[in-house]
Amino acid sequence: MQMISIKGVTHSYNNLSKISFSDWQINDGERWLLLGQSGSGKTTLLHILTGILKPTTGEINIAETSIYQLTSKKLDQFRGRNIGIVFQRPHLIKSLTIAENLLLAQSFAQLPENNERIHEVLQSLGIADKKNAYPSELSQGQLQRVSIARAVINKPALLIADEPTSSLDDNNATAVLQLLLEQSDLNQATLIVATHDKRVKDAFTNTYNLA
Amino acid sequence: MLIAFGTAILTILLLASTQIEQKLNNNSKDIDLVVGAKGSPLQLILSSIYYIDFPTGNIPLKEANELAHNPFVKRAVPLALGDNYNGTRIVGTDSNYISLYGLKTQSGKFWQADLEATIGAEVAKAQKLKVGDTFFGAHGLTENKDLHKEHAYKVVGILAPQGNVTDNLILTNVASVWEMHGEEANGEIEGKEITSLLIQYRSPMSVAMFPRMVNQMTSLQSASPAMESTRLFSLIGVGVDTLQWFAVLIMLIAAISVFINLFNSLKERSYDLAIMRTLGASKTKLFLIVILEGLILTIAGTILGLALGHLTLGFIGAYQESSQAKLSGLIFISNEFYLLLTGLAIGIFASIIPASQAYRANISKILAKN
Repeated sequence: MQMISIKGVTHSYNNLSKISFSDWQINDGERWLLLGQSGSGKTTLLHILTGILKPTTGEINIAETSIYQLTSKKLDQFRGRNIGIVFQRPHLIKSLTIAENLLLAQSFAQLPENNERIHEVLQSLGIADKKNAYPSELSQGQLQRVSIARAVINKPALLIADEPTSSLDDNNATAVLQLLLEQSDLNQATLIVATHDKRVKDAFTNTYNLA
Repeated sequence: MLIAFGTAILTILLLASTQIEQKLNNNSKDIDLVVGAKGSPLQLILSSIYYIDFPTGNIPLKEANELAHNPFVKRAVPLALGDNYNGTRIVGTDSNYISLYGLKTQSGKFWQADLEATIGAEVAKAQKLKVGDTFFGAHGLTENKDLHKEHAYKVVGILAPQGNVTDNLILTNVASVWEMHGEEANGEIEGKEITSLLIQYRSPMSVAMFPRMVNQMTSLQSASPAMESTRLFSLIGVGVDTLQWFAVLIMLIAAISVFINLFNSLKERSYDLAIMRTLGASKTKLFLIVILEGLILTIAGTILGLALGHLTLGFIGAYQESSQAKLSGLIFISNEFYLLLTGLAIGIFASIIPASQAYRANISKILAKN
């Protein structure tokens, strides 16, 4: 089944530089690597895919929903429920504990709070004991795990990671990549990883190259 | 913090002015007119009703008695001031004073014979006097030197707390005060004198007639407490007004500081807010979050300010020397509610721009920046 399709998407900033993206079809459960140098429009494409940035032209369908046809509020909700995003840096809310950060993700998506699910996800990422710790008490690698947990907490159909490994050392990078693969399997999510990190490449068969 | 200070100042002003007004009105409640020696009418009122200023001078008892028996007058209470005990004024008067203020004793009885004194509830507490104790009055109104060693007063009763000036007075009869000064002022005084006369009218008609009669026909002066306290208030009012504007200015600055605060913290947290958007929070939700933050900030400030205001006033009251117009921090008035509302309004006002900014934020740009 087709998970994502983008058709004829172009985007231009301030009518100056125009980037056009070739059409892309992603099927359910596939794992894709999005490759490209910095400045090639990687982040732009990811933002367009996640419904954060409306492209100048073209259409994006995720799970048979044309996402830019939705109202702003519906789109925010759609994103909260169906798309999990892992950023380059974890960006957790500092004044909340790990568990509370995850609870927040559930409530923003307007899903019922589910402590068992939080425990289950943290357990699968090996940081269940940090549940009541604050972000400042965790290491960089642990924080990135929490941000993966936050991305998958609502069982999204699509898991997108933007440079998830670039700020991590080799060990943590391998571990995080492993966890991303594992979690996308576990939650039956389609996975897209955008990176220029060579350490990541071997794990993927499908790649989408940006010129 | 600024909000807290602004609110605190406003609270103090509000409480102090209402309490002073209340006290003044309470003290002059049933007194229509004060008759005393020529001088400043305000001074006459202050000394004879509020026991704050020095008396204007003495008036002959004979003339006072004539006025007291005037058909316009329902009740006339003579006052003889001039002595104190440790700063507490000794008032020589008669039984009319008791009915004028509706006094009651909590222990002992009212003064009857010479040199018997009935003391106010506050006096008993502050000076640690009880029924049966004796003390020496001192000449003057505040100093403690120049004691009248020859005659000792005897406390025969303590008044129940009245909530007005009588709490802070020592009451005795007029003759006692004369006796105190009998030796000192031997040749100087011809006939007996008192300080002033508190007068209650028989009918409202007297208001027009009586003061003019007093001022024209005698060597005395009359002053109306109502008129003089209005005058006093218009004098103090200027200061209170200025302070009020000052406090409003502080509140305004506070509003701006909350605004700047939110605006800056928004810059820092724009990333957090963008993340919240990616987690599915809608624009409206972020708008509310920022507004709520402003509200919590200002309301906390306002409540802190109210508490601070009450505390400060309680403090001022505790260290106040003039016991006649003591202020209390424990009294709450409904106007404070409006202060709280103002704080709320400031909160909404100051956070509306940052909130709308959060609402319109381009999250793609914010996320891409990192």
